[in-house]
This record gives sequence, structure tokens and C-alpha cells, in this order.
Amino acid sequence: MTVIAPETTAAVTRGTGRDGGPGGPGSARMARLRRKIGDNVQAYIFLAAGLLCFGLFSWWPLVKGIILSFQQDNFVTDPIWVGFDNYQAVLDDPLFATAWLNTLEFTGLALLFGFAVPFVLALVINEFRHAKGFFRFAVYLPVMLPPIVSVLLWQYFYDPGTGLFNAILSGVGLPTSDWTQSPKMAMISLVLVSTWANMGGATIMYLAGLAGIPGELYEAAELDGASVWQRIRHVTIPQMRFIMLVLLLLQIVATMQVFIEPYQLTGATNPETITVMILIYRYAFTVNNDFGMAAAMSVLLFIVLGAFSALYLRLTRKAD
Amino acid sequence: MSSMTRSLISEADLRRGHGRLIYRLVLGAMAVAFVLMFIGPLYWMVIGAFKTPIELAQTPPTILPTEWHPETYLDAWNRLEIGRYMVNTAFYALGGWLIQLIVDVAAAYALSKLRPVLGNVVLGGMLASLMLPAAALLVPAYLTVAEVPIFGVNLLNTPWALWLPGAANAFNIYVLKRFFDQIPNDLLDSAGIDGAGRFRLLWHIILPLSRPVLAVVSIFAIIGSWKDFIWPLLVLQDPEGQTISVALSRLAETGRVTNNEMFAGLAIASIPMVVLFMIFQRSILNGLSAGALKG
Repeated sequence: MTVIAPETTAAVTRGTGRDGGPGGPGSARMARLRRKIGDNVQAYIFLAAGLLCFGLFSWWPLVKGIILSFQQDNFVTDPIWVGFDNYQAVLDDPLFATAWLNTLEFTGLALLFGFAVPFVLALVINEFRHAKGFFRFAVYLPVMLPPIVSVLLWQYFYDPGTGLFNAILSGVGLPTSDWTQSPKMAMISLVLVSTWANMGGATIMYLAGLAGIPGELYEAAELDGASVWQRIRHVTIPQMRFIMLVLLLLQIVATMQVFIEPYQLTGATNPETITVMILIYRYAFTVNNDFGMAAAMSVLLFIVLGAFSALYLRLTRKAD
Repeated sequence: MSSMTRSLISEADLRRGHGRLIYRLVLGAMAVAFVLMFIGPLYWMVIGAFKTPIELAQTPPTILPTEWHPETYLDAWNRLEIGRYMVNTAFYALGGWLIQLIVDVAAAYALSKLRPVLGNVVLGGMLASLMLPAAALLVPAYLTVAEVPIFGVNLLNTPWALWLPGAANAFNIYVLKRFFDQIPNDLLDSAGIDGAGRFRLLWHIILPLSRPVLAVVSIFAIIGSWKDFIWPLLVLQDPEGQTISVALSRLAETGRVTNNEMFAGLAIASIPMVVLFMIFQRSILNGLSAGALKG
């Protein structure tokens, strides 16, 4: 997608030729060269701020993160190269496995709810001939809220003594739960609020995909005697396969970076819900200010997520 | 709707006696479920702030407050300094939006229309940053902001710690460049003959044509900075300058806030985003849909 279109290059050359000026072929070439250099200087003036921002805050941190993961740096004396010591320390940390397993559990549960539920919702909403706008509005409303608002609000709902959820459950005669304070329910509680806050995006995207399925396909399937279920299986799902795959990858990448839910709801020290990001945060900013270990853990996370991100970009750019 | 745009279930099936009943039932059930699930919590938040702390925590809960206490909102605004944090957040969001637009429009214009040597390498490098998960760069980015290379300045606890990294937005540049690419070069060439400089071409020809895409980029920039949590949590630790999200999180942890005041704070923090959504619902949802189809 970065290939320069031939006609634009031609236009630029034409432009420089036009003002090539009089004189011999040598001076014309010189003028053209000067013009070309001038054009490039101008272009890079427009690009300068962007290059600086990307260079300093995107490209350099990537390099710095890798360097840092091989160093011990107290930010007073010069950093010392320590080889793979930081990685060794991270791997030896008993919380390493806990954090990854918790993150996988969160991602798995989040996909279970967050991947399937929006698809079913979109499938049903797409059949409605009324109030479609309302459904689209309502499902996306929580996505607009600052995430901390959703999380804090649900923190009150989850309160075992005074929360709304237990009040409703006991009101209809169902057993109550300790939610975030129960080791068994803690992770599920995090996934529930995260799904509530985020599933609007996926639902809207599925709806866009469903609207693009040609009606003739359903028509033909129905003429062949396909039931509703068969039409979903043989028309809808194959037509939606691309969007589903893209959203799956996006959700994996997003949920594996989960931070705000465990940070606020169960705390950075709760072993039931320590995730990879929480552990990175702890290494760097709470327990021992060990930026080397935090960087090593970040590089590991980067490798895992980078693979999914690359796959996602490959898929979407190819479709372009 | 005609049969041309039919979906999974045909119009005829929905009209038939049986289908009609099922359709009505499903529609009604879904509407009730959506109101309870997605509007309900927000209702609870806004109305809950009017209750006394005891009524808000009582079982069984009350649907409406027995006594209305609108002053809770004022208390939250003043005593919890929600007002100050709202102003902070608005300032960060608007400043960040302006800087993003200036930096990214200029870059996209250069990459789309001026096409310098190595321009495609630069674009590739910018787009590659889309692959970098933000979380994995958090720690080195924090250290970079604490001491910016070359310049040696410390941006922590200044708005620039949000604004400058925010301007490195590959998504904006990609969307803007793609839009600029569709503006015919002939249009610029004919203006260029009249001696209009590069900046004037951008300002007088490209930008007026680009209003729709600028609107979408702007809306998403504002939403993004209003919702951001972890980055401002790290780089703006001075309580005076915190964003509303970070301040709410800190206030919740101090435990010195009553539940109704907190509800008021949460409601106030949500208002700008809900209003934005009501006004720009179409742009936001269509922008998202377009993203889904084009990737």
C-alpha cells in the first residue's frame, strides 16, 4: 500500500520540468536537482513533527525496552549489562506462571462471552424491522463510558453486603455470591464487567458485516429448503468468517493486555487475578522499582501479542 | 424493506400469524433486556447519587429515592474537586486533539501529496507501530517521557506527557493519508500554477475537502483521551493535575468518599462522553462499521 502511484511521480517530474528554466542541458539538470531537493526539504518539514513524535515515543521506546531488559539500571549510576539475568529472574518468579495462567483464563473467558454473545445479539438485531437504532445505541453506550466508571460502578454492584447484584439475587431467591472477593468468582467478575463495557464494539461491527450479506444468498438457500439454522450455518457464518477472524484476533490482543479491571476491582496484589500487565506494573512501579524485570516481562508479552497483531494486520491489509 | 435487502428470515415468514407473534415476543424481550442491561446501570448511577448513602446501600433497593438530594452532585463537584479534574481532562483532551490534528495532518499530507524520498519507508515505520501492543511499551515509554532523549527534558506531570506520545497516532495518519490520496492531483496542480505554496494548498484545498474525515479523526481522538487510564495513571501522578479517571480511582481507594458522592462523580465523568455519543452517534457507529468492513 506504500507503493508510489506512477502518475503522481510523473506529475512531480512534469512540475519540475516546467520550471526548469532556460540555459543549457547541464544547468537545466542542476535546476531540476535543486528543485527536487527543495521539494524534499519542504516535505520533510511537514513530516518533521510526526517523525519526532514517532521516533521519540514509539520507535525509541521499543529499542529502549529491549536494551533495558538486558540491563540493570538504578538511574543513578551507569546501567550494567546483565545478559539474560532479568529474564531468568522473571522466569524464576513464582508469580510468572500465575500471571500468565490468569491472563489466559481472562482471555479465554472473555472470548467465551465477548466473542459469541455479540454475534448472537447482532444476528437477532439484524432481523428486527423496528427500533434497530435503539439497540445499536444501547449496546454501544457502555463503550463510550470511561472504563474506570464502568469498573467503579460495578465495584458497588459486586459488594457482597450492600451491592445491587446480591440484592437482586436474594430478592428472587437465588444464592448470593462474594463476587470479586471470592477466589472462585473473582476472575469471572472481572470478565463480566469487561464484557459489559466492551461488547458494543464487536456487536456494531458484526451488524455492519451482516448488513453486507447479499439477500439472494438467503433467498436461494430458502428455495433449496434450508431451515433458519441451516441458513445461519451455510450462509451467515461463511459470509462472516473474515470479520469473525479479525475480531477474534483483536479481542485476543486487547484482553491479554487487561489491566484496569484487576487493578481496580481486586488489587495489584491479589494472586487470583494477577495478570501479566499487573505483574509488569508491580515490577516497575510498586514492589521494587525493577525496570529491568519489567522490561523483560514486557518483551515476552510483546512477542506473544506481536504474533497476533502481525496476523491481524496481514489479514486486514490483504483485504484492502 | 423490499425483498431485495432481505436478511436471514424473510419478510413473509415474519408476517405470517405465527411468525408475527414470535417476532413481537423476541423484539419485546430484547428491548427489555437491553434497557435493563445497558441503560439500567447508568440509570442506577445517575439516580443513586440522589439517594442518601444508607438508602443507596439498602436491601431491597429502591427504584427512586425516597428523598431527593441533588446537593450530592454539588458536593462531589466541590468537595471531591470533581470540577477541577473535569477541567484537567477537558484541557488534556482538547490540547491532545489539536496537537494530533496538526502533527498527523501535516505528516499525512507530506506522505500523500509531497511524497518525499523514503516516504514509504516512513509510512511503513509508522504503520508498524500499530503492531506494537501499547501495554508492552508502557515501561520504556514511561522512562522515555521521564527523560526525553536528545532533549533531556522530563515531561512527567506535564500535559506534554500525554500530548506528544498521543500525536504518534498511526491510525490517524493512515486514515488521513488514505483520504488525501483520493483528492485528485490535478486539483492541486492547477492551484499550484497560480503560485499557491504547499501550506496554502493544504489549508485552502485539502482541508476544506477533508471535513468528514477530520470530524471522524477528531471524535475518536477526544473519546480516546477521555477514556485513557493507565498512561495518565503513570505519567500524571501529581494529584493536582490528574485526569478524572485517575482521580476517581484514587478517591475510591482512599475510602473517605461516600457511595452517593462517588456515584455523582462517576455520573459527571460520563456526561461528556454520553452527550458526544448522542450528538455524533451516526459518525461514531458508522466509523466503526467502516472499520469493520475495510479493516
